[in-house]
Amino acid sequence: MICREFIALLDIYRTREAPEDQLLLCERHLAVCASCRAYLDSYEKTIALGRAACLDLEGPVPEDVPEDLVQALLTLRPRDS
Amino acid sequence: MTVEFGDESLLASLRAGDPAAYETLVRTCAPQLLSVCRRILRDEEDARDAVQETFVNAWRGLPGFGEGSRLSTWLHRIAVNASLMKLRARRRRPEEPIEDLLPTFVEDGHQTRPSEPWMEPADLAMDRKQLQEVVRKAIDRLPETYRLVLLLRDIEGLATAETAEVLGVTENAVKLRLHRARQALRTLLDPVLRGGAP
Repeated sequence: MICREFIALLDIYRTREAPEDQLLLCERHLAVCASCRAYLDSYEKTIALGRAACLDLEGPVPEDVPEDLVQALLTLRPRDS
Repeated sequence: MTVEFGDESLLASLRAGDPAAYETLVRTCAPQLLSVCRRILRDEEDARDAVQETFVNAWRGLPGFGEGSRLSTWLHRIAVNASLMKLRARRRRPEEPIEDLLPTFVEDGHQTRPSEPWMEPADLAMDRKQLQEVVRKAIDRLPETYRLVLLLRDIEGLATAETAEVLGVTENAVKLRLHRARQALRTLLDPVLRGGAP
């Protein structure tokens, strides 16, 4: 296996969705390729950073809803239901 | 006020048309829903409209809401759909290519430029908030097709099949776009995070 093939399979390698023989080839490639080990690690960090940046997992809910929007939402409730 | 969205009494009050229960739902859920709509639409007015459509659709759909489901999850899905409807209504812009952000290889299949280990985010010379801003800006730079798949799968937590359904594409297309979107985002973040010890 070469780097191009590993990176093409990377996502199904990390989720273990790739066939067993391909998983084995990936493992063997990773054992000898520092560049692909670094790529895999940075790919995993990318996913985690994206999640943390958008969801602010370590902080409170970041958004405040403007009161005029709240009032607009409150008027949406049908009165006769 | 803290609300447990699985709370059956809240659901019963909503179904009975109790205005106080509705206000509780609005005040508690609107912040999260506005965040979701802002992320997808990147336009404040459109996001506010999508939140309003979310509550209108939720109110209409309340009689059919399944017992045992989570109200917050249900509202989240409605907000995602309302945002995507708004996106579709916008005039389509030409799709930007993503190829420039994907890894390149030399003839023998090795990476053109070997990857270097990344630093741990905690070791960067910027705080968590600054890094989050850098990442959010990088996500915004992704071509729309790829940005959407990344948001729906990695951020909003939709399954591959759900993402395929709401986008009207095949599951394989979702998987391919997600892989490319993550690779492109990695490329954009690489200059910031490169340089860690192996």
